[in-house]
Amino acid sequence: MSDHIENGLVENGVVENISRRSLIGGVFSAGALVLAARILPEEAWADTNEYHGKAASSALRPSIYLGIEPDGTIYIVTHRSEMGTGIRTTLPLVAADELDADWSKVKIEQGIGDKAYGDQNTDGSKSIRGFFEAFRESGASARMMLVSAAAKQWNVPESECAAKFHEVVHTPSGKKLGYGALATAAGKLPVPKPADVKYKPKSEWRYIGKESKIADLADICTGKATFGMDIKRQGMLYASIERPPVMGGKVQSFDDKAARQVKGVSGIETIDGFKPPYTFQPLGGVAVIANSTWAAIQGRKKLKIEWNNGENAAHDSEQYRKELLTTARKPGKVVRNIGDVDAAFAKASKTVEAEYYAPLLAHATMEPPVAVAEFKGNKVECWVPTQNPQAVQDTVAGALGLKPEDVTCHVTLLGGGFGRKSKPDYVAEAAILSKKQGGKPVKVVWTREDDIKFDYYHSVAGMYHKAALDSNGKATAWLHRSVFPSISSMNDASSMYGFDVEYGMGLNDMPWDLPNHRAENGPAKAHVRIGWLRSVANIYHVFSGLSFADELAHAAGRDSLEYQLEMIGPGKIIDFKSQGVANYWNYGESYEKFPFDSKRLRHVLEVAGEKSGWGKRKSGNGWGLGIAAARSFTSYVASVVEVEVDKAGKIRIPRAWQVADVGMVINPERVRSQFEGAAVMAAGIGLTGEISVADGRVQQSNFNNYQVARMNQAPMQTDVHIIESTALPGGVGEPGVPPFVPAFANAIFAATGKRVRDLPFSKTKLV
Amino acid sequence: MIKLKINGRERSFDGDPEMPLLWYLRDEIDLTGTKFGCGAGLCGACTVHKNGEAVRSCQTSMKDAAGKSITTIEGLSPNGQHPLQKAWMEANVPQCGYCQTGQIMQAAALLKKNHKPSDKEIDDAMSGNICRCGTYQRIRSAIHAAGKEMA
Ligand code: FES
Ligand code: FES
Repeated sequence: MSDHIENGLVENGVVENISRRSLIGGVFSAGALVLAARILPEEAWADTNEYHGKAASSALRPSIYLGIEPDGTIYIVTHRSEMGTGIRTTLPLVAADELDADWSKVKIEQGIGDKAYGDQNTDGSKSIRGFFEAFRESGASARMMLVSAAAKQWNVPESECAAKFHEVVHTPSGKKLGYGALATAAGKLPVPKPADVKYKPKSEWRYIGKESKIADLADICTGKATFGMDIKRQGMLYASIERPPVMGGKVQSFDDKAARQVKGVSGIETIDGFKPPYTFQPLGGVAVIANSTWAAIQGRKKLKIEWNNGENAAHDSEQYRKELLTTARKPGKVVRNIGDVDAAFAKASKTVEAEYYAPLLAHATMEPPVAVAEFKGNKVECWVPTQNPQAVQDTVAGALGLKPEDVTCHVTLLGGGFGRKSKPDYVAEAAILSKKQGGKPVKVVWTREDDIKFDYYHSVAGMYHKAALDSNGKATAWLHRSVFPSISSMNDASSMYGFDVEYGMGLNDMPWDLPNHRAENGPAKAHVRIGWLRSVANIYHVFSGLSFADELAHAAGRDSLEYQLEMIGPGKIIDFKSQGVANYWNYGESYEKFPFDSKRLRHVLEVAGEKSGWGKRKSGNGWGLGIAAARSFTSYVASVVEVEVDKAGKIRIPRAWQVADVGMVINPERVRSQFEGAAVMAAGIGLTGEISVADGRVQQSNFNNYQVARMNQAPMQTDVHIIESTALPGGVGEPGVPPFVPAFANAIFAATGKRVRDLPFSKTKLV
Repeated sequence: MIKLKINGRERSFDGDPEMPLLWYLRDEIDLTGTKFGCGAGLCGACTVHKNGEAVRSCQTSMKDAAGKSITTIEGLSPNGQHPLQKAWMEANVPQCGYCQTGQIMQAAALLKKNHKPSDKEIDDAMSGNICRCGTYQRIRSAIHAAGKEMA
């Protein structure tokens, strides 16, 4: 490749010209245009290797995410992971639109793990929020460079030239040059400074805001799509691992004689347990290595292992539930305070109080965790369905005493993620085993039982709510206490309290405009691995908070929608600082760009009321509607759920509505699909989702006893209504879950008069 | 030696006759369109056709498959243009996609018998197939659409 092409890299918003060779040692051919992203620290570029795909060595390369080859092919790198949201297609669409590219000439490349790409942790519903601007700028910069190159070539003013669907046109003469023909010349021009980048007017958007098919659609429907489970390497061995049944347990002794007799089994290896805190380290155990997945599983069944179960062996969910709820009755750490709740309770004409409980949940991605790793020459190459390839690099390096840059992580398609696959313990297992097996590639396959028994569980929570109503039934005070083992236990074995991230998800950000409001967090210790799952702490906080709001409406003899709107008030930008919230988390975004605007929350509620025909039919006799709304991941969502409960107590959801204000929408079709899917997952959380522990061991094992929603339990139909908005794009993948669960519970109350305060509903007798 | 036909091709196998067909397809002959989801007959991700009937390949041993004709997603249609595949693409059914080959194989067996299934019949036929991403309503509408095309 040529080494004289200079292209731009912007650090802290400043364009800098750097040679392409110093960027990435490349795959783009000589004479391709490649643009450097503007959001990256300079040191990120020091790393070079051959895995960066065609985009990294193109003639025109205006950013790390984009390259144009002389044949007109545009390579766009998606550095975020595809687990079903459509991000692998959506981010490239943004760049292609600004570039006015012919989508059929765009090839998408999946980025390997490399900090040069910026943040790759595909969770927190932040891919579009975090990278919309970078991809837009990549496309716009490339377009400007192509126009500039054409103008130079024709010796005409740039103002007479325009980019149009993969060509630059000289408007007065009608002369045209394709992007490919211009790529090499454009690649020699400086990248425009950020302040000089000109964006297309909205009216000219070709792809943004329009329906687009995902790039992998045909491959998925024909079985050709490659998931992590589908990776095979020459000479690859298969491993199945028996892990300590109690978190933190260790292998005391084991007998592998019978396992070794199983045909196909070629080795037995041990993996050390983690050193607390558990972080992303493997749980440890005994691995059976074989020439097929089946043989490895068969061999594993023959292992005889004595465990030292350690300190969590007595953990019991029933007992723990009592402890959480007892703690929730006591004052905790104050995380938000407005007015004086206690004084208001003392003089209230009526108070209402209730306890809520939500159990542990498992992610149960359809593709269980799986990884292939190959240890070679003190380096590791791995192929992984991961949400976070940089964490894979760090974790594997940590496990084997390597440097992160010695770990190459290829990202496959993910058969679901939901937060599970941003925790790469399973990749470290594969890398450790490959090293122990002399560098042969090893595939570690988690069975479904492994997945359900050894997850990073969504946290269990006990909550207590108390409110005061005045003589008109108006709420005047609210106390909200939440007690849960925190995700922070992942990094701090002594953790007893939650942290800002968990508080900011439905504990210290309830939207109510009340004169007295206090939120508290009580202590709890983790006895299983705790991790984030789609919408995280919002699940239990919003379930309890919005169910309780419905309880108050009922206590006041008022309509729930009207009552929720009244508690939100006229709508405003909420000033959390003045309300005793020390560090409002705001999903990692600046509050200026993404404030909590309760007007937007009101609006989704109102629209949900209209769309669902709220208040038109009388609830009761086994039929009812429930409603709830929440802001999460900077998006605003209202859910309405219609339920039918038959004489046997069986619940059906004929219909649901999801009204979403997610700011500007890139691909409405994928936004709808996420909100439909969130409704299904939330229905499962409501109906049957529960992980429980006895004697320190998880009781569930497969889809028979950890039930997720099936077709005949899911909403028959979910109507998604997207609010038109020009606000900055917010999250999409997660915000559809939180309000759905309480809307569902409220609908059950409307239909049956039974207030369900425990998840899942299957534990409560409804009729 | 076990002989069977897979997507029209004769195959023979002399390994563990108890091994599920699923692992033979995936690990031995690289037909990875058939997915592992639960290994217990509970999710449908591994659905294939055995002599035209939808079966769970994780619950079908090689011994049970002997002498049978097996169709996997790779053999459903030579060019990926089965009416269900077309309807699936039209309705943008997949999210992560992992369950979808099993869903399509299950639906194909249903439509072979019944071009005009009711919602209830679809629910009954498809409720053994889990989609954790929650694409059920699109699956249902794609089955209706494909059924119309096949009728
Ligand atoms: S893998 Fe066969 S039914 Fe789940
Ligand atoms: S599309 Fe992801 S499990 Fe069905």
